[in-house]
Amino acid sequence: MPRITVSVDGVTYEEEVEPRLLLVHLLRDRLGKTGTPIGCDTGNCGACTVTLDGRSAKSCSVLAVQADGSEVVTIEGLARGQEWHPMQEAFHAEHALQCGYCTPGMIMAAIDLLKDDPDPSEEAVRRGLEGNLCRCTGYSNIVRAVQRGAREMARQEAPRETRPETRQEAPAS
Amino acid sequence: MTEQLDAGLVAERIAESDQLGRPSDAHEVGRARRRKEDARLVTGRTTWTDNIQLPGMLYVAFLRSPMAHARITRIDTSAARARPGVVAVHSGQDFADEQGSLPCAWPVTEDILIPDHPPMAVNEVRYAGEAVACVVATDRHRAADALEAIEVDYEPLEAVVDMTEALAEGAPRVHESGNRAFTWKFAQGDIDAAFRDAPVVIEREYVQQRLIPTAMEPRAVVAATDGETFTLHSSTQIPHVLRVMLAMTTGIPEHRLRVIAPDVGGGFGSKLQVTAEEVLALLLTRRLGKPVKWTESRSEGNLTVHHGRDQLQRIRIAAERDGRVRGVKVELLADMGAYLMLVTPGIPLLGAFMYSGIYKMDAYDFTCTGVFTTKMPTDAYRGAGRPEATFAIERAVDELAAELGLDPVEVRRRNWITHEEFPYTTVCGLTYDSGNYEAATDRALALFGYDALRAEQAERRARRDPVQLGVGVSTYTEMCGLAPSRVLGSLSYGAGGWEHATVRMLPTGKVEVVTGTSPHGQGHETAWSQITADALGVPFEDVTVLHGDTAISHKGMDTYGSRSLVVGGVAVLSACEKVKDRARELAAHMLEASADDIEFSDGSFKVRGTAQGRTIQELALAAFAAHDLPDGFEPSLDAESTFDPDNFSFPHGTHLCAVEVDTETGASRIRSYVAVDDVGSVVNPLIVEGQVHGGIAQGIGQALFEEAIHDSEGNLLTTTMSDYLIPSAADLPEFTTDRTETPATSNPLGVKGVGEAGTIASTPAVVNAIVDALRPYGVHDVRMPCTPERVWRTIAEARSTGPAGTGGPPEASAAGSAPTSEGGLR
Amino acid sequence: MISAPFDYIRPASLEEACRALGDAEEAGDDVKVLAGGQSLLPLLRLRLAYPSALVDIGRLPEPRGVEDRGDHVFVGALTTHDEVMRSSVVRELIPLVALATATVADPAVRHRGTFGGSLAHADPAGDLPAVALALDCVFVVRSVDGEREIPASEFFVDYLEPALEPGEILVGVRVPKLGPGWGFHYEKFHRTAQSWATVGVAAAVRLGEGGGGTVEEARIALTNMGPTPVRAHAVEAALRGADFAPSGSNGAPDRIREACDRADEGSVPPTDLHGGPEYRRHLARVLTYRAVRAAGG
Repeated sequence: MPRITVSVDGVTYEEEVEPRLLLVHLLRDRLGKTGTPIGCDTGNCGACTVTLDGRSAKSCSVLAVQADGSEVVTIEGLARGQEWHPMQEAFHAEHALQCGYCTPGMIMAAIDLLKDDPDPSEEAVRRGLEGNLCRCTGYSNIVRAVQRGAREMARQEAPRETRPETRQEAPAS
Repeated sequence: MTEQLDAGLVAERIAESDQLGRPSDAHEVGRARRRKEDARLVTGRTTWTDNIQLPGMLYVAFLRSPMAHARITRIDTSAARARPGVVAVHSGQDFADEQGSLPCAWPVTEDILIPDHPPMAVNEVRYAGEAVACVVATDRHRAADALEAIEVDYEPLEAVVDMTEALAEGAPRVHESGNRAFTWKFAQGDIDAAFRDAPVVIEREYVQQRLIPTAMEPRAVVAATDGETFTLHSSTQIPHVLRVMLAMTTGIPEHRLRVIAPDVGGGFGSKLQVTAEEVLALLLTRRLGKPVKWTESRSEGNLTVHHGRDQLQRIRIAAERDGRVRGVKVELLADMGAYLMLVTPGIPLLGAFMYSGIYKMDAYDFTCTGVFTTKMPTDAYRGAGRPEATFAIERAVDELAAELGLDPVEVRRRNWITHEEFPYTTVCGLTYDSGNYEAATDRALALFGYDALRAEQAERRARRDPVQLGVGVSTYTEMCGLAPSRVLGSLSYGAGGWEHATVRMLPTGKVEVVTGTSPHGQGHETAWSQITADALGVPFEDVTVLHGDTAISHKGMDTYGSRSLVVGGVAVLSACEKVKDRARELAAHMLEASADDIEFSDGSFKVRGTAQGRTIQELALAAFAAHDLPDGFEPSLDAESTFDPDNFSFPHGTHLCAVEVDTETGASRIRSYVAVDDVGSVVNPLIVEGQVHGGIAQGIGQALFEEAIHDSEGNLLTTTMSDYLIPSAADLPEFTTDRTETPATSNPLGVKGVGEAGTIASTPAVVNAIVDALRPYGVHDVRMPCTPERVWRTIAEARSTGPAGTGGPPEASAAGSAPTSEGGLR
Repeated sequence: MISAPFDYIRPASLEEACRALGDAEEAGDDVKVLAGGQSLLPLLRLRLAYPSALVDIGRLPEPRGVEDRGDHVFVGALTTHDEVMRSSVVRELIPLVALATATVADPAVRHRGTFGGSLAHADPAGDLPAVALALDCVFVVRSVDGEREIPASEFFVDYLEPALEPGEILVGVRVPKLGPGWGFHYEKFHRTAQSWATVGVAAAVRLGEGGGGTVEEARIALTNMGPTPVRAHAVEAALRGADFAPSGSNGAPDRIREACDRADEGSVPPTDLHGGPEYRRHLARVLTYRAVRAAGG
């Protein structure tokens, strides 16, 4: 059986895996990363979306052996301690989830789409999330959440060196 | 513009809830509280059933029939048993003595045929996907592999796919007893008089296509036993109902069976069921003494999660020339599928009382025949009977308007119950307690820009634009808040419709609310906390809501039918009132005052006119210490309540949809959508808005995208998400929503329920818009889902068969010619 | 669902991959090449395919990337859809490829799925085969015996059947630059954002001097109008010399539309849940007109 090394949410794992083992089954069944759920068997629903070497991927359409040597970030790896990622905060603030089953994948896909378009229009968000299905929300609040998360991420990424000075004079807009 | 307005409103509400802090006069009820549930859901710390791992757990996989109808002549499991990691392999024969029959709790007529429904087929399979054998193995991979080593010989029998054919003389039989499950009739007023000499009669047939509910979480079951007691985790909406039913089915005594619905990823009615897999998991853990887990794949789920809708409707309206409706007559064929499951036969009955909609009329006549076919059984799917009824009446009223040359809104105005007429007893015998159709409609028309859209429509028609604009109206109401137990009894339902709540005051003043509702996305933990916080004057944060485990919440009727707030939320309020009564008595004792002199506000019980008082937290501690209680006072403030409503609730609203139809390709694009709903008083506007959004999306799904399609052999063709299309963000518009509020008078919260409203309202709004766009072409209907091919074909057929010179833009520039009979799925 | 078991071979080089593939084929094993796996893995999970082994070329350093080679652009087979879309060389020199690639599946799938994988899968409902056919691309394939080239017109043999011999791997595709004066469009018609094209039209159009003149040359190919992508030769011929002026001007017949009405000639459209042959023929005509207008406009 192939032996693989994979980093998941900052922890390095060495595992022997059957070739057919899907990355999502490795995460869920072997590593206990059950935050990433499975919603379909055709790569359509996107519930299992994770970040694989920096870009979004559907972990049900990747073999664990394909992830050998890779770095995976799941929904469980986003928060820093008790502090949520701005996109997690935004989904909460905009009531962008109901049952929450699609939410991990939706948040991972949302963060990914901002890498190309940090200030996306409504249409860009909708297109960027076309590979993630939600059955509860009708998407309106998800779109708002992604835009809210984008604003907050941009604010946090604002050049740090200028911040302490400007803070005194005018609040960041 | 309207979209921005709406987004702005919500932002305002959020900002408001951000800034409010908690001034003493602020009510929790009505606030846009962010949900307590979200923390675990946005961080991935959820407990979906498939997440549960128990020591020694075994994995179950089911072999399913590849044929819709066949006799099982031989099953050989020996090769599968020999596979590595395989612990057990069983066929239906192995369970025949203990598996019982899956229950149907709604025998709608005395002569209804309720065929035996073995969880695992023994001699005959009656739908493709029915379980015929199972493997239990040490992991999911080995279990899946061993399935392929099971040999099954089938002797094919004739499939029964079409309802009309199923009822024909000499049709092949799904069950020996015949294909007609029941015929249920209901009549009010003199229908013959209504139709006799009626100046206008509209008669239409509508197809409610079969749908696959498609909750995002596939089903999963974990069953375990210590030899004495059994624990079943299941992705279910109904842990309480399930426990009772499983006890009856398996013979496991109810008191030794604990059912847990952990985090559940959506249901929409599909998890309102007692499933074969749940029964078999219990039987397997009983046999093997080991915990077993079964997790459904999506393609397995498309086959075997009960389907929704699937009715053929004939509706006739008799009306005056001025558009006033005299009477409505409805004949339904409802596809039961192969068996009657938990509430299969009752679904059309939930619609039977809604075909009069919001309209006044003198007579009503309804007949429904339930028909067996060799397909997956149907059962509840969001709205359950009411979307079908609303679709038929709202489509037919549009047809009446078109027939009379009247604006569809105007025809509705001439018929609807006016706000001063409430409470109003409809022709169906329901008493609508409150509502204001005028207000909701006027608000919707204003937000929608109705007149401007009509002007654009006329302009596009005049210039024969290949992209036509249609405006769709849906003024719906529904009966929900299921349900008054005595009404359910009168309809032969097997249980009541009450709901239970317990409120526990903990010594530190924190509160545990135990509810019999079983949320799976609805936000009960948040909303029940809001109700409790207001009622007891405790902080929102100090309330925890417990649910979904029969060992914790011992009593309940669970979550479906937009009932949770209307029945379960009211039970919470009522239990809180009882806690308060007890606290008042204790406070009076401690303050040496008469209970009548104790006033309650902001969580404190004070002697009238003094500053002297005790907070509810102090009283909780005092009750716990029990050092100084009134004589005969039990040392507890806890209370419980079981609430049974007197009436249904009747949300209503007006939904307006503008659709652009590309007459060249047949593609429909929703350009704008406005929903103004009246769901009575609102506990949490964010949650209400979310429910409306999601409901609209599912209704649009039925109108445009979704259909479970079978071939002539009864095989399901839409087994994956590539084939059964549910809309993504890119396929839906932004929704503009608003509310009017006429509180329900049937419960102390004034609430009406919101879970199904959007779905009930939106489907006819969309289809009315498409038909409206195409009326100049002579189109009177497009069968759902209104796929591009179907729209294109409908236009072409109307052109070739319609009366000459039907106006409009029939000679518009579409390339190509009228279709012939070549190919094509219809 | 869970795939049946298979062996896994991860060669260190393309040569090794060819060898592994050749050996396996010789031994009569059913071996599949795994690149991004975005089409293959769902097939395996649904147990619609039972390969005995997968040869994973997905992490080989080459052939990947996009290179401007004078008269053509070479797109390495392992270049992901996402990389193709981002490539300025692709966007500027072979824009039709960029336009069509942007419509493939969804962002997460485009991060993993590869240009070569999509083409070698030879699914007529895929968006890239029609583009390759319209542009007269040349497929470069390699085996232990060396490299050979296959013109696009010969590459798509049948449904899911490319002209790859046993032991051959698609290395990359030469996409001809069409030079100045050409306009491009990919018109995809599908029911939901995620679903496959019911019909798609890849169009490249060159107009005479002055833009609004006549069509000098057109290249049209159709997605999902047969077991392979279909080149609309009849439309191309009929478009030559057609006046591109907006329809109805001067009361003259719209020759562009007349030409596009021949779009379905030679097609064998399939029947599936999204449309029958007759509807697809109709769509092909309508969409070809739109694609040509958009490409020439």
